[in-house]
Amino acid sequence: MRELRAFWRILWCWIRRLSGDDAFERYCAHERACHPGVAPMERGEFYAHEQRRKWSGVSRCC
Amino acid sequence: MLRKLTGVLLAIAAAFAVGGIALHRHEPINALWIITAAICIYLLGYRFYAAWIAARVLQVDPTRATPAERLNNGRDFVPTHRAIVFGHHFAAIAGPGPLVGPTLAAQFGYLPGTLWILVGAVFGGCVQDMTILLLSTRRDGRSLGQMARDEFGPFGGFAALIGTLLIMVILCAVLSLVIVNVMKHSPWASSTVFATIPAAIIVGLYLRVWRPGRVLEGTVLGVALVLGALVGGGWLDHQPQLRVLFDYSALALAGFVVVYGFLAAILPVWLLLAPRDYLSTFLKLGTVILLAIAIVITHPQIKMPAITPFVDGTGPLFGGKVFPFVFITIACGAISGFHALIASGTSPKLISNEADVRLVGYGSMALESFVAIMALIAATLLDPGVFFAINAGTGVVGATPELAVHTISGWGFPVTVEQMRALAHAMGEQTLFARTGGAPSLAVGMASIFGSTFGQGLLALWYHFAIMFEAVFLLATLDAGTRVGRFMVQDLLGRAWEPLGRTSWYPSVLFSSAVIVGAWGYFLYVGVIDPNGGVNILWPLFGISNQMLAAIALSIATGILVKSGRARYALVTLVPLGWLAIVTTTAAWQKITSADVHIGLFAAANDLAAKLAAGALAPERAAVAPQLIFNQRLDAWLAMVFTAILWFVILDMVRISVRRLRGQAVPGSSEAPYRATRMKTLILGGAS
Repeated sequence: MRELRAFWRILWCWIRRLSGDDAFERYCAHERACHPGVAPMERGEFYAHEQRRKWSGVSRCC
Repeated sequence: MLRKLTGVLLAIAAAFAVGGIALHRHEPINALWIITAAICIYLLGYRFYAAWIAARVLQVDPTRATPAERLNNGRDFVPTHRAIVFGHHFAAIAGPGPLVGPTLAAQFGYLPGTLWILVGAVFGGCVQDMTILLLSTRRDGRSLGQMARDEFGPFGGFAALIGTLLIMVILCAVLSLVIVNVMKHSPWASSTVFATIPAAIIVGLYLRVWRPGRVLEGTVLGVALVLGALVGGGWLDHQPQLRVLFDYSALALAGFVVVYGFLAAILPVWLLLAPRDYLSTFLKLGTVILLAIAIVITHPQIKMPAITPFVDGTGPLFGGKVFPFVFITIACGAISGFHALIASGTSPKLISNEADVRLVGYGSMALESFVAIMALIAATLLDPGVFFAINAGTGVVGATPELAVHTISGWGFPVTVEQMRALAHAMGEQTLFARTGGAPSLAVGMASIFGSTFGQGLLALWYHFAIMFEAVFLLATLDAGTRVGRFMVQDLLGRAWEPLGRTSWYPSVLFSSAVIVGAWGYFLYVGVIDPNGGVNILWPLFGISNQMLAAIALSIATGILVKSGRARYALVTLVPLGWLAIVTTTAAWQKITSADVHIGLFAAANDLAAKLAAGALAPERAAVAPQLIFNQRLDAWLAMVFTAILWFVILDMVRISVRRLRGQAVPGSSEAPYRATRMKTLILGGAS
């Protein structure tokens, strides 16, 4: 049972990371570690900003 | 010891599977032989060839810090576990290309396509992707165009920019044409595909306004909406008053797609483009996994012969002999230049260790190639007569069902009107004749695989699921392609007049979006009015442009290998480059000079012009003939431009390489200086 739960935890982590669901949390962690004095962006602002950046270059193929 | 043993076992399994394919030449073969051979060949290539290239040719250095580590900013430069980068990279490179190309190439039989997909991927596509990924990782994630400029000079960079812009236009044109052919006079398909637009907007609002950034919640909501639309479309199809509202001609649909493409390019990305991409990625991965499971469970018989008589160049889907046209038709799935743009885009900024390029670059492409193999299986398990009846345009086989089955049965592939009617009825469609573009026949193949695995009763639902999956997929690439094309147009125009280069200045946004949508919209329009379906002309042109881009990427890789003193290993990229140069040039040459009207573009234009002048055309064909004539000449000129760019870049690479080998001065290396990594191995599920 414990193994199953551990497996699910890793799988869930995988799915969140792959889909970008945890991007904001990782961004906040990075900001806290590297720029402690500066307030990070809001959740919605960060999302819009990331989408703009992601879709400014070639990110999908034929 | 264990590793060597698995290698030997793999080799034996591969030999058996390939031998099985070879021995079954004049009897139906089971798809499992092809699947087994493919998997073993990919694993062998990955285990031995990719490992050798990584160690000797690319000299991958696991102690070297990657840009993700050195430039970590928590957003685009982030050291990421290799399994996650693999997932991102695969989702980015896998598009509709490997589904359409192999389906069209099935007109030659299953063997030529299968062999090219396997050999092309293991020695060409996978090598290109891995090499460009490493070169870009060594250069702080620079793009292909920037690498060309840095390593060769301004000319190489400009050629790469123009080449990419042109391929974007042709790509969007051919994809939109495939979408239109999927939806034409099919209320179920049209209503489902239309419904994906509000579904994407709802997801967009959810992710931006209601629950910012909760991507998984938004995606689950979107998938539920889209599946609901699929079932709703089936209901709507049985309501006589409602179904006429979604019954459109190809021309009307082309108008919709053009307006849609323009809106997608100018609206904020979070509203339409990004949520559609989440839906598309989710559906794509789900469907590919489902298809693989279903093929293994049903292990269907391949009904298409190994080689058809159409290898002589008389094929109904597109003209041209098996050499060079099978290598042009199947680009994605074997080798695709477009991947080099991804491999020098987001992926190198995520690589946490150089050793990961083997899994991410080589591995992702092998998986994409496997998707192409599955598409080929789905196309070739249909009765050949049915396959040709769906895929051949009315201009080739005749406008009525009776004429079409007569022509196709005359080729030795028996098919009847009743058979086609029963099939169309089972799939919930009015007719399946002349549904060119590859997507409908792939959907019929997928529906029959899914049907025999998960229940025959839902055949119509499975067919429209496959159609919806392909359409969402195609539209996502169309959106992204149009937007990237818009940025490129702005980049070019900005050189002439600076304000036009500002990506947020609205007049420039509207103007450049109109330019790019107008460009592909024109090819779409001509494709729609062409009685041969249009795909027969556009797809080879797309293949030529994509292979041209691959040749540019391989030239850059070869040039860099020679410049860095590894000339003796340069054969690894030089051999696929040489092959692509031969194939692309031969194909372009035939498209330009052939006197056969099914192949030569000028010949076809002149033939049509002569018929028009002599008054030998029916009135409705005479009305569109001038546009078709102009378009065929334009396409011939485009083929010449592609070939010219290809050879300019190759000669530029040769010039640099010869100078280097003679000890003369060449532009310096743009590789970032070595710094030792200080990172520990990333563990997934850990705190990283």
